[in-house]
Amino acid sequence: MKRLTLIILAACALIMLLAASDLPDWADPASPASSHLSPGFVEQAYEATHTPNVVTAVLADYRGYDTMFETVVVFLAALIIMIILRRTPHRRFCKILPHRPQRQGRDTVLKGAAQLIIPVMQVFALYVLGHGHYSPGGGFQGGVIFGASFILLALCYNLEFTINRFRERIVLLCCAGGALLYAGVGALCLAMGWNFLGYAALAGILGVSEAMARSHGILLVEVGVGITVMAVMVSIYYDLASGGDMREGL
Amino acid sequence: MDELFPFIIAKYNYWASLILLFIGLYGMIAKNNLMKKIIGMVIFQTAILLFYVSIGVKRGGTIPILEFGADHQPLLDATAYANPLPHVLMLTAIVVGVGTLGVALTILQKIQRVHGTIEEDEVLEDLRQ
Repeated sequence: MKRLTLIILAACALIMLLAASDLPDWADPASPASSHLSPGFVEQAYEATHTPNVVTAVLADYRGYDTMFETVVVFLAALIIMIILRRTPHRRFCKILPHRPQRQGRDTVLKGAAQLIIPVMQVFALYVLGHGHYSPGGGFQGGVIFGASFILLALCYNLEFTINRFRERIVLLCCAGGALLYAGVGALCLAMGWNFLGYAALAGILGVSEAMARSHGILLVEVGVGITVMAVMVSIYYDLASGGDMREGL
Repeated sequence: MDELFPFIIAKYNYWASLILLFIGLYGMIAKNNLMKKIIGMVIFQTAILLFYVSIGVKRGGTIPILEFGADHQPLLDATAYANPLPHVLMLTAIVVGVGTLGVALTILQKIQRVHGTIEEDEVLEDLRQ
């Protein structure tokens, strides 16, 4: 069976590798992927959105619907994981967990390092999120770094220690709140008489030009994406590390 | 051999991602352990990410963040920057990949809890009884 799979896949791979010779050359500036839509993005994005980082402008403005539903997909993943794994009855859903005595003196270096690294990580995550217009970064990256700081805390101390500081109830509120912030910005634009996620509608509220309003709109939805991604990372870790009962972790 | 080598070098980005893709597909089909199937799925996803990002590269192009000249005006030359579109698509795909990986690991934990094993044939045997 394994041999048969190997033969079939090798045949498929051979066909695809031969077909690869018809694909454009490596780093060819005139390749089809780089010659139709993308020059337009590079040349017009700054004038339209005042965002030097073209990736951010395309992500949150031109492809705003796509990013919004990606955020919803990530949010749904966190919900599904919780539904599948949850074992505790509903009533102790947000109860404060009893504090288990910490192991003392065995991992001083680990905890000291965590205390040093985690605040720096969180500030860096906010920088990556806020500076996404001008440098590589944005909501997804900043959110993942921020979520990783909580996971590092849970790994270096223990899961209960982290849950007592960042309750699951608040984590889930953040999950939903970020997606809601994104959709809310879109709905606000709709209420101002523009298209859904047409950030130029915010020019009147913010008192800036339309291109600058699009820049601010991108920042608002990136914050929404960052909050959702951060909370989803933490939620997935809580559920997977404890097998759904939120008591003992790794 | 002298002809084959330049043939591979000319398109080596596609060769690398296709070989990774088939390693992942083989893992998903042939392995019996469900955890290894998930690892195969992740390799498969990574191959597609590499494929898209390699499409976006332009010779002489820097990262798609506009550079400003001395007069504070951005340099708006499309050939000077890499193609931003594959980067956008893969940025969201990476995060959704983490979501699917989380759901896959969750289902794996549930299977382990119900059947006591993550070997595919043993799970099927358990289901038949």
